[in-house]
This record gives sequence, C-alpha cells and structure tokens, in this order.
Amino acid sequence: MINKEIKSYFPILDQEINGHPLVYLDSAATSQKPVQVIEALENYYKLDNSNVHRGVHTLGNRATEKYEGAREKVQKFINASSTEEVIFLRGTTTAINLVAQSYGRANVDEGDEIVITYMEHHSNIIPWQQLAKERGAILKYIELEEDGTISLEQVKAAITERTKIVSMVYVSNVLGTMNPVKEVARIAHEHGAVMVVDGAQAAPHLKIDVQQLDCDFFAFSGHKMVGPTGIGVLYGKKALLNDMEPVEFGGEMIDFVGLYDSTWKELPWKFEGGTPIIAGAVGLGAAIDFLSEIGLDEIEKHEHEMAAIAMEKMNGIEGLQIYGPKDPSKRAGIVTFNLNDVHPHDVATVLDMSGIAVRAGHHCAQPLMKWLEVSATARASFYLYNDESDIDRLTEGLRSAKEYFNDVF
Amino acid sequence: MSFKNLDQLYRSVIMDHYKTPRNKGTIENDSINIEMNNPTCGDRIHLTLQVVDGIVKDAKFDGEGCSISMASASMMTQAVKGKDVDTALGLSKTFSDMMLGKDYDDSLDLGDIEALQGVSQFPARIKCATLAWKAMEKGVHEQQKS
Repeated sequence: MINKEIKSYFPILDQEINGHPLVYLDSAATSQKPVQVIEALENYYKLDNSNVHRGVHTLGNRATEKYEGAREKVQKFINASSTEEVIFLRGTTTAINLVAQSYGRANVDEGDEIVITYMEHHSNIIPWQQLAKERGAILKYIELEEDGTISLEQVKAAITERTKIVSMVYVSNVLGTMNPVKEVARIAHEHGAVMVVDGAQAAPHLKIDVQQLDCDFFAFSGHKMVGPTGIGVLYGKKALLNDMEPVEFGGEMIDFVGLYDSTWKELPWKFEGGTPIIAGAVGLGAAIDFLSEIGLDEIEKHEHEMAAIAMEKMNGIEGLQIYGPKDPSKRAGIVTFNLNDVHPHDVATVLDMSGIAVRAGHHCAQPLMKWLEVSATARASFYLYNDESDIDRLTEGLRSAKEYFNDVF
Repeated sequence: MSFKNLDQLYRSVIMDHYKTPRNKGTIENDSINIEMNNPTCGDRIHLTLQVVDGIVKDAKFDGEGCSISMASASMMTQAVKGKDVDTALGLSKTFSDMMLGKDYDDSLDLGDIEALQGVSQFPARIKCATLAWKAMEKGVHEQQKS
C-alpha cells in the first residue's frame, strides 16, 4: 500500500532546505533510500563483511550467501529463468557497454545496422556509436511521433535484415514515455536481431518480466530503485551470455590461469572480474524486498496518478509547456517542462530556494533535446514517497518563479 | 513568497544584460573562435575575439543558456574589449576568485561584473557564470601559443 507512512521510512526527506520542508522531485536522477536499505548496508559492514567465493572462514561464507542471495532476489524480481542470467555490474551504463563490447564486437560487422531511438539516454547512444565506428556499422535512429511516443510502423521501417542489435529505453527519462518494448523485441527477432532494453527508469516503477518481454538483454541500476549507488544488473539470455567473452579480466572471473592462457568461470561470474560489489548487491536485495512488499503494481498505479495530477495542475499555469505524451497513462511519473522564457536553470534555482528539488538541463539526452528543439528543460520526477501535497508545493513554486521573473524582467 | 536571497543572485543589472546582451554576434574576419559547453547542463557559448598587438580589439558572443551564463558573457565581452591581454586575464582571475568567495583584487575596475558577486552564494550556478571567462582564457592562450 502507498500511504503517508512510506515517507517516514526515508529519513532524508525529513529536513528543511533553504528554510522550507524538502520536496524531492528528482528521483529519476536518483531515488532516496529507506531505512531498511541503509540498515542492510550497515549490518553487512558491521556483521558480515568479508570477501566472497574464497576462503573457508565463516564470515566468507556469510558474505557469499548474502551476495548470492541478492542475486536470487534479482532473478525473482525480473523473472529471469536462472541466477546465471543475472550479472552484477556498476549500473546501466556499464551493462550496456558490456553488451556493446562483448556481444557487439563479436556479432556486428561492416554494413550491419544497430537501431536505437531519438529518446535514448547518452548511455544507450554512445556505446553503440563507438561500436558502429569500430565495426564500420550503421547506427540508425527510430523517428518519434509528435507526442514523443514510438509507433510500431516506424520501428518496422527502421529494422531490416541487416539489423543486428535493437536497443531501446523502456521508460524515457525525459518524456516519461513507456515504450512497447515487447512488440519491438518481436519485430527485432523476426529480423534475426537481438533486443536490448535500457530499463533504468522502468525497473523502479513497473513490474518487470524479462521472459514475458522476451528481450535478450535488460539493464538497470540499483540507485534509481531505492538501492545504493554503484550496483546495477545486466540480465541476458543464457545462450547468448554463454557465447560471449568477458570484457574485464582478473580475479574472481577465472577458472584456471596458466602462463599464457586462462579459462573463465561459469555464468554469471565470468563477467564479474575483481572483488564484486558485495555491499551494493546486499543493499539492492534490501531495496527489492522493500519495493516488493509494497508491490510494483501499486507503485506503477501511484505514479500514473502522480503524473495525471501533476499534469493537470501544471497545465493550469499559463506559459508552462509539458513535453511528451499528453495521456498520463502512457507515461511514468516523469513530467518535463519549460516555463515561458525563464531558463530551466533559473526555474530550478527559484524552486530550490523554496525547498523543491527538480532537475534542470539536458538530462543526458542531447539528441532528444535537439528533437524537442530546446537546449534544456526542467524535470519533476515522482516516486512512491511523493504525494499530492508535493505537487501543490511544486505548482506554488512555479507560480512564484513566474511572478519573480516577471518582476525582474 | 518573497525571495530575498534570490535578489542577491538576480540583480537588476544582470537581468538587464540578459535581456539586452551587449556584443551579441560573431566577428567575421580574422578572429579567434572558441566554442565551449557546460556539459552538465547544456549551456553553450561561441566566443569570437579579435586580438591585435596584444590588445583585445573586439569580442562578441553567441550561444544559449540561463540568465547567469548569458549575462556573464555579455559583461565579460564588455569588460575585456579594449584591454590588453594581460589585463583581460587578470580580470578573469579576479572574477574566478570572486566566484570562489576568495579575497579578490579590488584594484581593477570590475564595473557591471561586480553584480555577479552574489552567484558565489549559489554553488550550483558558479559554472554558469564562469563559462564565458573560461572561453576567453582559452582563446587568449591559444592565440599566444600560435
């Protein structure tokens, strides 16, 4: 259940910023952490800290159990068929780079195509740009509809027999658009391409079922889903991962090391070179427990509600333009906007003076900014700890900002 | 709601430079061209300088960004025009010190620039204010090298 009580689990929210109670509307950048996650990290370091998969001592076993236990939680959370398909990495960026550098280098040749969209985060653009340059491949962009959605006709027009990889964001970090990745995966597969899903903004907000989506790879980050920074996940289908070479070599990931040649561990460890992100994984496991107890369906419903209320109330402010789908049911709890001629940085500064945290800038999506024909925007993003009173504070703050700049202009 | 703190940031002279920027545009002939971005927020400046015999004969800017970055660019071009290169760099150092809240050399005539002093109270906005100055420094150093 989403109720008032939820906010009380997030100690950081209980403070004043610039003399006003904090309203945190930047969860799309990173979410805040509940005590359950903070305590899991603290307890791990206080009671169980040790290196994993080595040694015979008790602490080593305990740390290993916790680390691998977190992997099981992730497996269930995204409904992967086995824990072998769950690789712990630093975050979404690292996960997509791994796919590009390992699967991409082995499977993309000169003249082949990689298909992405105009609404990608830089982390789902640049790895493919680099791969395309290295392999002499062609990077293609799927056009967006006027309301910032993707139509399957455009997808079908972009994907051809030369397409080897299709990579798409599930939920746009700017427009909030929820993309039909399941249908896109089907089209990709019909043409023999693999489907990569950037799930950074989806995993915190929607129930993820990688088998139902039938995607080949799915990447997400812990810190956007009430977990710690520095931990993320790459899901990959076992058959694909088995054929892939690691991109990081060293401790932990080896089976046998000779003088001139070495062999790798089994999945998933062959991709986890070096001492793994043990505490991060434990924290992510606690985050998954927290979200699962509330229920992802509940969270998704709450966010659609937040988006609907925010859009309705913000539309009442003259001169405020909202980007992305007009229909709140087509978007997650992300509302990106501009206010008349007031630059988003200036809007964000005025809001900050009122204790309201929003993001301003290009949101790591410069090609999308170009498509929107703006240099920057402001973004309010909502999560399970936000409620209608936060939206009221936002609209009040925006009205003040408008007034303030009308006076000074 | 009153915003007393904000008035320290958005002084009227700053808003005046933002609304009616001085030296907006590009110098066509024989100029030093500098493009600089603030990659975290998307502010962008294109600065052109004409330096003859160690004197900044002309300075023009183009670009997009918030009120602070564009007003600062306007003020910077106004301040360095007609100055010798060393004075221009000295002004830049003074400005940087002012932004960082350090004691700064008050022997130089800062003119309108002094209005930006309040930015130092807003750490997230210092980069907006220094973008144009960094572009100027880069341009001057490149010219000195060649």
